[in-house]
Amino acid sequence: MAALAQPSTLSAGVVHEQVLDNGLRLLIQEVHTAPLATVWCWYRVGSKDEIPGVTGVSHWVEHMNFKGTTNIPRDQVKGLIERYGGYWNGYTWIDQTTYTETATRDALDHMLFIEAERMARSLYDPADCESERTVIISELQGGENDPDQLLDQEVTATAFRAHPYRHPTIGWISDLQSMTRDDLYTYYRRYYVPNNATLVVVGDVDTADVVRLAARHFDPIESRALSPRLYTTEPEQLGERRVTVRREGTTAYLKIAYHAPAVASDDFFPMLVLDAVLSGAKGINLWASFRTPPPQRSARLYQALVNTGLASSVSGGLLPTQHPFLYTISLTATEGVTLDRVEEAALSEIERVRLHGVTSHEVEKAKRQLRARLVFENDSITNIAHQLGYFETLARWTLVPSIAGQLDAVTLDQVSAVAAARLTATNRTIGRFEPSDAVPGRQGI
Amino acid sequence: MSVAVAGLGPVRHVVANGVRVIAKATGVTPAVTIHVSAHVGSAADPPSLPGLAYFLSRMIDRGTQSMTADAVAETLEGRGVSLAASLTRHTLSLVCTCLVEDFDDVLRIMADCLTRPVFPESEIATRRGEMITFIRQDEDNPASVAMNGLMELLYGPDHPYGRRPRGTVAGADQINRAALVDFHARMIGPSSTVVTIVGDVVPAAAVAACESVFGDWQPHPVIEANLPSTSPVLERRSRIVPMMNKAQADIAYGFTSIARADPDYYACWLMNNVLGEYSLGGRLGDSIRERQGMAYYVLSSLDANVIPGPLAIRAGVAAGNVERALAAIDHEVEALATDGPTDKELLESKQYLIGSLPRTLETNASIAGFLQGLEYFGLGLDYDLRLPGLLQSVSRDQVHAAARRLLDPARAAVVVAGPYAGPAA
Repeated sequence: MAALAQPSTLSAGVVHEQVLDNGLRLLIQEVHTAPLATVWCWYRVGSKDEIPGVTGVSHWVEHMNFKGTTNIPRDQVKGLIERYGGYWNGYTWIDQTTYTETATRDALDHMLFIEAERMARSLYDPADCESERTVIISELQGGENDPDQLLDQEVTATAFRAHPYRHPTIGWISDLQSMTRDDLYTYYRRYYVPNNATLVVVGDVDTADVVRLAARHFDPIESRALSPRLYTTEPEQLGERRVTVRREGTTAYLKIAYHAPAVASDDFFPMLVLDAVLSGAKGINLWASFRTPPPQRSARLYQALVNTGLASSVSGGLLPTQHPFLYTISLTATEGVTLDRVEEAALSEIERVRLHGVTSHEVEKAKRQLRARLVFENDSITNIAHQLGYFETLARWTLVPSIAGQLDAVTLDQVSAVAAARLTATNRTIGRFEPSDAVPGRQGI
Repeated sequence: MSVAVAGLGPVRHVVANGVRVIAKATGVTPAVTIHVSAHVGSAADPPSLPGLAYFLSRMIDRGTQSMTADAVAETLEGRGVSLAASLTRHTLSLVCTCLVEDFDDVLRIMADCLTRPVFPESEIATRRGEMITFIRQDEDNPASVAMNGLMELLYGPDHPYGRRPRGTVAGADQINRAALVDFHARMIGPSSTVVTIVGDVVPAAAVAACESVFGDWQPHPVIEANLPSTSPVLERRSRIVPMMNKAQADIAYGFTSIARADPDYYACWLMNNVLGEYSLGGRLGDSIRERQGMAYYVLSSLDANVIPGPLAIRAGVAAGNVERALAAIDHEVEALATDGPTDKELLESKQYLIGSLPRTLETNASIAGFLQGLEYFGLGLDYDLRLPGLLQSVSRDQVHAAARRLLDPARAAVVVAGPYAGPAA
C-alpha cells in the first residue's frame, strides 16, 4: 500500500494504491469538485499479444464483454449505468484493453459490480459471437472508407516487420472471418484475471468505502498464473521504406513514420517536446488530447506546409507505448498540389531540424504548451483516472505525477540529439495515398 | 440520484453596446474557458456565394487591425492556447481554454479577432486552397455525402438548410476579400454576440474584462439569415449515390422535426432518446447492431433549432445489407409511431437524461457551451434547475404523440452513399 503526494493540477491530492490478495491493483483518488465518480478497469492485453490467425481478438473480446454476464442480462449491461445518467465505454489498443463508467457517485457500487462481472462471468453466447463478427467487420470497413486511416494501417504494417505492433488492432479481415467462439473465450479466460488488471476509481468518493466495495466485488475472483509473454524486438531498420496506396478518391495523403521511443525510454520526453516544436503540443492523454486541437500555427511543419499552401492539414502523433512504436507525421495535400511537392517540403523541413536542431525559444514554447495541456486535460475525473490506469498498464502510474517535472528537465541539447538520432531516412517509412483518378462532383441517381 | 440542487447560478451582464456576457466561477483547474459566439452561420450564406460564412470562420483569427496572423498565433501558442473557430448553420464560435494568468490577454486577442479582423489577401489564397480540399474530402466521404444529400432532400437545394455548410468549390473560388469584409460588417455586431466565461475567475472580474475589450465596439444593425418556411413532405423520397471505391455504405434517413421553441420539444427529445440514443442507439441500435449485427454505428439525432431542423437516423452497413437495414429502420420508426414507448423505456430515458446533467456540466468547456445554448434559445439562467422537472412532467401519451407527429416511413427522406447502386433487379 502506498500513498504519494501529487503536484498542483486538478490531480492535486493523493493516490491510494492497494493490491488485493488476488493481485488486483486498486488506484483511488478522491476529487470532490462534482458529485460524480468514474471507474476504469484496465487489462494488460492488447493487439500486440495476438498471434497470426487471431489478430483482432483483443478488440472482439472487448465487444463481447458488453454482451451480458451470469448476473447481468444481456439487455441490461448498458442500461444499468445509464439509469444513473452515466456514460460507459471501452477501448482496445496495442498494449491495453480498458472499460469505463462515469456516473453520479451513488452508482459506484453498480459500476464496481459491472466490472467484477465483466472480469469473471461474461457469457460469450455463440449466437452473440456470430452477430458481433459482422458488427466488427462493419467497423473495419467503416475505417477503410477513410483514406487516411487506410494509409495509416499500411504504413504501420510496413514499418514493423517482426514486432506484433505491425497488425491493426481491429485485426486482419481473414482472421475476423475465421475466428471462433472458442478462440474468443480462451483468450478472455487467459487474460481477464485480477492479477492482470488495474481498477481505478476517481471522484467524489471515500477511499475506505471504495476499498471495502472493491474487496466485496473482486475478492471472490481467483487469480491465475499468467503464462510468460514472448515478444520479438523489432530489429533496427536498415533503410527507408515506402508504401503507396492507389485508389479512387479526391485527395492525396502523406505519412512519414519514424520508429519512436517507448514511454520508459529517456528519449520519450525529449521526443514529445520535439513533436510539439514540429506540429504543436497535443498533450499526453490519449483519451482527452484529441478533443482540443493543438496550438500549431506557429509550429515548424505548419509554417512550412500549411501556411505555404502545400498542405491543408498537418499533424504529429507520439503516444506513450510499452514498446517502441511510431512517431507519425500526417499531411493532407492541398487540392492541386502534387504529393511530390508536399513530400519534398516536409522532408526538407525535417532534415533542417535533424541537421541543425531547434531553437531554445521553440523548446521553451513547446514546454509551456505541454505544461498547459497537462492542466487542461486534467479537467475531469474521467481524464484523471484514465491517465493513472493508462500509465500503470504500460509502466507505472507514478510516472503521471512526474510528467511535469520530466518535461521541465528536457534540455535543448536533448531535443536536438533526439532529432538527430531519430529523424533519419533509414529510420522512416513513407506512405502515400494517391487518388488514382479524380472523382467528379457526385450526382445522385 | 444526485442532481446538483444549487444549480450553476451564472452571472449575466449586458454591455451598453449589447454584447451579452455570462460568467461562472469554478475551481476545477487553474484555467478558464472563453467561448465567444456570434449569431451568424452558414444559413446566412448569400445564395451566390455558398460557403462564405465558413470561409469567414477560417479567416476570422488570421490578422486584426493591430496584430498579424503570425502574431496572433505566436502570442496565443506561447501560452499553450489553441483557438478553435467553428461554424454551425447559426453560429460562429471562437473557443479556447487558457491558464488563469493569461485570461485578460487571451480575451483581448479573441475580441480583437471578432471585432477587428482585416482578412489579409496573403491569407485568403491559402485558406481558399484548404477550404476546397475540405470540400473535396467531404465529397469522398460517404457519411458526409449521405448527410448532405439528406438535408437537400428534406429542405430543397435553395433553402439555407439544404445547402452544404462548407459551400462549393465554385463558391470558394469566387469569395474574395471584399465579400468577407462586407459579410463581417453586415452580419456580426455587438447585439448578436454572446461571451461565456467559465473557470477559475471571479464573475465580476470576467464581466469587467469584457467591458474593457468589447465596450468600444460600435453597435450597428445586424442582418439575420432569411429562413424560408418549409413545406410539409407528403411522400417518401430516396436517393442513391454510388461510391464504388468505398468499403461500406452510409445511410441517412430522416424527417424535418420541430423548432426548439415548440411546446412538444421535451416529448420529442425523449422520443428520440428512445428511438436512437439510449443504450448505444436506442431501439435502432438494439435491432440493427445488437440483434442483427449489421452495423457498427446506428443512431438518431434531433436538431430542434430556430426552425424545424432534421431528425436524422444514420448507419454504416455493408452494401449487401442496405435493404435489410432500411427495412429495419422503417419497422422501428413505424412501431414507435404506432405504439409509442413502453413505460419502462420512458422511465429509463428520463432517468438517463436527468441523471446525466451533473456529468455533462463537469468541465469548464462543457458549461461554457451549455450557457451559450441557453442564451441562444432564451431558456433562462436557471434552466439547469428547471430541466429535470420539464423532462419529468412529460407523459407517455405526449411522447407517443410526438412519435406520431414526426415519424412516418411513408414521408421519410432516404439517402444511401457507398458501394451500392440500388436494389438488385
